[in-house]
Formats: sequence, C-alpha cells, structure tokens
Amino acid sequence: MISVKKRTEIHPSERRIILKHADDPEYDVSLQCYLRHGGYEVMKQAYGRKPEELCQEVLDSEVRGRGGAGFPAGMKWKFLDRKSGKPIYLICNADESEPGTFKDRQIMHKDPHQLIEGMMISAYAIQAAQAFIYIREEMPLGAQILEEAIEEARARNLVGENILGSGYSCELVVHRGAAAYICGEETGLIESLEGKRAYPRIKPPYFPAALGLYMCPTIVNNVETLCNVKHIAEMGGKEYAKIGKPGNTGTRIWCLSGQVRNPGYYELENGMFTYGDLIYKIGGGLRDGRSLQAVIPGGSSAKVWRAGERFTGKLRSGEEFNWGIEDVPLDFDGPMAAGSMSGSGAVMVIDDSVDIVEVLANINAFYAHESCGQCTPCREGSLWMKKITTRMANGGARPEDAELLASIGDQIAGRTICAHGEACAWPTQSFIAKFRDKFVEKAKEDPERAQKRTVRLV
Amino acid sequence: MAFELSAETLSYIEKTIPRYPQKRSAIMMILHAIQKEKGLLSLEAQEWVAEKLDLAPIQVREVVTFYPFYREKPIGKRHIRVCRTLSCALNGGYKVCDAFKKEFHTELDEISPDGRVTVEFAECLASCGTAPVAMVDDQLYENLNEEQVAAICEQIKKETPAADTAGSKS
Ligand SMILES: Cc1cc2nc3c(=O)[nH]c(=O)nc-3n(C[C@H](O)[C@H](O)[C@H](O)COP(=O)(O)O)c2cc1C
Ligand code: SF4
Ligand code: FES
Repeated sequence: MISVKKRTEIHPSERRIILKHADDPEYDVSLQCYLRHGGYEVMKQAYGRKPEELCQEVLDSEVRGRGGAGFPAGMKWKFLDRKSGKPIYLICNADESEPGTFKDRQIMHKDPHQLIEGMMISAYAIQAAQAFIYIREEMPLGAQILEEAIEEARARNLVGENILGSGYSCELVVHRGAAAYICGEETGLIESLEGKRAYPRIKPPYFPAALGLYMCPTIVNNVETLCNVKHIAEMGGKEYAKIGKPGNTGTRIWCLSGQVRNPGYYELENGMFTYGDLIYKIGGGLRDGRSLQAVIPGGSSAKVWRAGERFTGKLRSGEEFNWGIEDVPLDFDGPMAAGSMSGSGAVMVIDDSVDIVEVLANINAFYAHESCGQCTPCREGSLWMKKITTRMANGGARPEDAELLASIGDQIAGRTICAHGEACAWPTQSFIAKFRDKFVEKAKEDPERAQKRTVRLV
Repeated sequence: MAFELSAETLSYIEKTIPRYPQKRSAIMMILHAIQKEKGLLSLEAQEWVAEKLDLAPIQVREVVTFYPFYREKPIGKRHIRVCRTLSCALNGGYKVCDAFKKEFHTELDEISPDGRVTVEFAECLASCGTAPVAMVDDQLYENLNEEQVAAICEQIKKETPAADTAGSKS
C-alpha cells in the first residue's frame, strides 16, 4: 500500500469536511480503513433513492464547481441531454495543472475511496453508462492508488456490474494524461480521452452535456466537486447549503503558495474568511523583513492584485464595498467583485524581493508552453508575450514594451476556441494595468543588474 | 528486427483495450506502457500500436508528438524533472535545477555524460505548497534545497550504474 506524507498540523480555522480524515496519521488508503470510518454507507443509501432525487439534492446544495469556472454542478447536470438516448458518461477532471493548485492531489493520494464514492453516487444520479478519472501523468502514484482502490471497491461490488444489487452497472476507469496542461480544459480532456491530440472543441455546439465523449452527453467535474456530492447526498442539499454563504456554499480547499511563511492547503468554510485571514492569520504572513508586492487570487491565470490597491463597487445584494486585498471575502463572489476570480482556489503571494516583470515572464512561459496551437491569437500571442517579457527580464527592456504587451493581450481574449486564450492574456493584461510604472521603468534598468538577481524566475 | 514487447506489457495492453467503449481511447495508456518498457516510442512501436488499434500510423504519431511526456528519443536512465513554474521559482526552483545539472555535469534536456540522468524542467507539478519540488522518475521530492539535491544525486549514483556509452538503455 502506498502512503504519502501527512500534514498533521491543522489550522484551528479550518472546517474539514472533504479533508476530514486525509491527514490523520492513522488513516490510510485501504478500503478497510475507509469502511471503518463509515465509508460507502452514503452510497448504499443513495442507491436506494431515485436518481432524480439525488440530482435535486445537488441542485439544492448550490454547490459550485471547484475546477476553475465555479459553475453550479446541479445546473450542469440539468443540462444533460437525456432525450438523445445515447449513453451518458461521467468524467472526473483530475488533471490538476493550473499553477498554484495542489488540492486534488491531497484527496487522491490520501482518501481515494472518498472520490470513488462521490463518483459512484454522481454516476448513479446522472445514470452514467461509464465513468472515468482523467489524472495527470505527473501523479503516477496517485493513479496507482486509485487503480488499487477501484479494484478493492469492485471486489465488494461497489463498482462494476449490478452494483449492490441495485440493477445499476457502471465501470470506473483511470486514464492517465501525458503532461499537457490543456487536458484540464474539459473539451480538450474529452478529445484526449478519445485518443487524440487534446485540441479543445468550440462551444457552442460542443457543450459536453450534449456532445461530449464520443459525441455523447457527458458530465465533467473536478475531483473536489465530486467529493462534495458525497457529503451533499449524506446531509441533504438544503442542509449542505447552510454551510458557507448563499451562492457560495460549502467549504473550499484553498491552496496557499509563493512567498508566505506557512504555505499549504486549508479547507475553510466559504465566505467566513478574507484573503487577509488566509495570507496573514492562517498563512503566517510574509517572511521576515518582506512586504507584500502582489497577490494572484485564483491560479496563475487569475488577474493580479497589487499591494495597496482598493476595490470599490456594489455587491449583488446592493451593499456597497470598499476593500483592500486583505478584506476580499474568501469565496467565489468576493474575488469576482474585486475584478479577478477565485479560479481553482490557488492563492499565490509575491513579496517585494522579486521583480514583477520577471514574475510575468515566468507565467508567460507557462502559457506559451501549454497553448495547443489551434488558434492563431493564442498560439502566436502567448509566444510573443513570453518572448517580450523574457527579453525584458534579461536586461533588454524597451520603453514601448508595456504598450506592446497590452496590445497583444487585448487581441487574444475573446478570440479563441477555448478559455486558454483568456488564461494566457489575463496575466499580461492585468500586470500591465496594475504595474505599468514598473514595466516602463524596466527599460531604464542597468542590464548588468538584471544578470545579478538573487532569485531567478526565468 | 520485429518489434517485440514483454509478455507483461502485452497482457496489460490486452486487458486495457476493452476497458474503453472505443479502442482508440486506449492509445495513451498503451503508449505509457510501451514507453515504460522501452524508454522511448520508436516508429516501429508506433506502427505496432496503430495496427493494434486499427489506426493509421499518423494517428499514433500525432499523439506521440503532441504530449510532452511521450518521446521518440532516449533519455538518461533516470528522469529528473524540476518544477519551473511560479511558486517553485519564487522559492529557488532555478537553483535546484542548476544543482541537479552540476551534480551530473549536464545541461537541460540532454543525457548526462555518465548516462545516468536527463534533467528537464517541468511545469507546475501540483505541489506548490511544498515548493520547490522535483520528480525523479515516479517519486516526488519536496521542499528542496541544494543539500537535499546533493543527497538525492548521491543516491541516484549509488543505485544507477554509469553507462559505458552515454544514453544506451539497458
Ligand atoms: C486552460 C484550462 C485549464 C483547465 N484546467 C483544469 C484542471 O486542471 N482541473 C479542473 O478540474 N478543471 C480545469 N479547467 C476547468 C474545466 O474546463 C472544467 O470547467 C471543470 O473541470 C469543470 O468541473 P467543475 O464544474 O467541477 O469545476 C480548466 C479550464 C481551462 C480553460
Ligand atoms: S485558445 Fe489556445 S489552447 Fe485553446 S484551443 Fe485555442 S490555441 Fe488551443
Ligand atoms: S509551481 Fe512548482 S509545483 Fe506548482
């Protein structure tokens, strides 16, 4: 049996539902252990209910997708084309590759049966003919843990033919990626699972719920989302919706990384904390002698915030707000109101020791590497933005670069097949908007100095 | 020379294909298995897969050449992947990479002169909370510093004999 290192210190602010057992040193990935902790009991009950009832619970829960877009899962399930008569497929998106994100890893490596139970309940609820877990290549142990766990579950008739005598059958297959970020985009993932290049499909018409895997109706949900389904089935959708805030229900596993004292994953009730709580109270704040320069609030594609900036406006409730970064509510709607997004829940902290131009150069290198190449604006634009920022970082900045970068960014977003276009443009657009002075000043930098940096980012 | 696979890989492939509603879907898992056994995906291997799945060879090659993990050229006996992405870079990822290169007197993406390793940069390995990180084959190493890199390299040298000719796979 494979076991990974546990993080035994759990912050008192955490409310662990999904990660309840994950870091318990006594808890392991075996079926035995899961059963000892009441595992698969929820599924047994769920299989005695009507699938539509379970779909209604998920709708009532208002649970939003944890993979990036934050779309309500119950609504997505409702869009399933059930009239076509074609088989329905369920896919768990375990590609976890948005920079800064490392929550699904914890679930899959430490509590695989929770994901399997969540998936088998979801599969039954949508009446899937077959289910898949698409896990990124860089988690070979995770794939092995999941395969072994599925074997154990199959031996107990929890996966496979006529599950628990219910008459419902569903196989669960682990499928491994091969180190391409674009396989996280759901239609790219589907192409990849069909055995092709992961070229995303254009929406409309290729919404997976209507035309997904093999052009059959398909639901793609993130690992954390599918685990939540287990808890929704257990407590009931309305009860679940009491956790967190309206429209921002449940807990979320936040991934804190970068230049902060206590990086890590923290499962927190939605809307009860702020970015300030996460970075300073829970994350221990910045390192000695350092001050905050920037925060990327939801994975590296999310628009950056500059230390000291203020966000003002009106919430949907009509309430006016005037926030600093530290006041932004830690949920789905907070960062959106502040002009960015919570994305995959990855919060990256950048202190004053690094050059902001280099930070963008590092991010641009990622998106240039990961463009699938189908659309000219994304393929060429991401590469140009990378080349320009890399040149700037290496001492070759020119006064006109800021304008040039902004104009490239502006010509990508909204002009591509998939949201990788936005993902690659938003960093450049927002870094230039927020740090224009630094990008302009960069041209005055002594090229010698550029070679002598202590922390290299490109 | 005819392309041959071990009995173990063959039986894995036979078991894997029927798991999918359409057999073309099995291509990635098959390529993983073959690359694991052979160290790379030769054109012969690709033709073999094409035949197995009733595909044109180009339909296999376009997959092999799209995904960064599949390779048509050999690498060192051990595969070192250092995360290059932001959270790791902010915490010294580039230094970690330099340390690996220095230990094996090699450059990025090359086979080290002793044939033991190939050092590559990887994009975010989904372990940013314990940055900087690197993978050696299937194993993840977290919170790395230069001393730890030295210890990992020592271990690799102990476990992996140097090759007579660089790059030859045993
Ligand atoms: C470029 C790109 C990369 C993505 N990567 C991931 C990923 O690694 N994991 C993930 O769950 N969703 C990812 N998504 C979002 C998926 O397309 C999809 O919205 C999500 O898996 C749906 O699940 P959810 O509704 O449960 O969040 C990505 C989207 C884009 C545009
Ligand atoms: S936007 Fe980029 S990643 Fe998405 S389909 Fe177009 S080229 Fe590919
Ligand atoms: S940035 Fe290195 S693991 Fe994510």
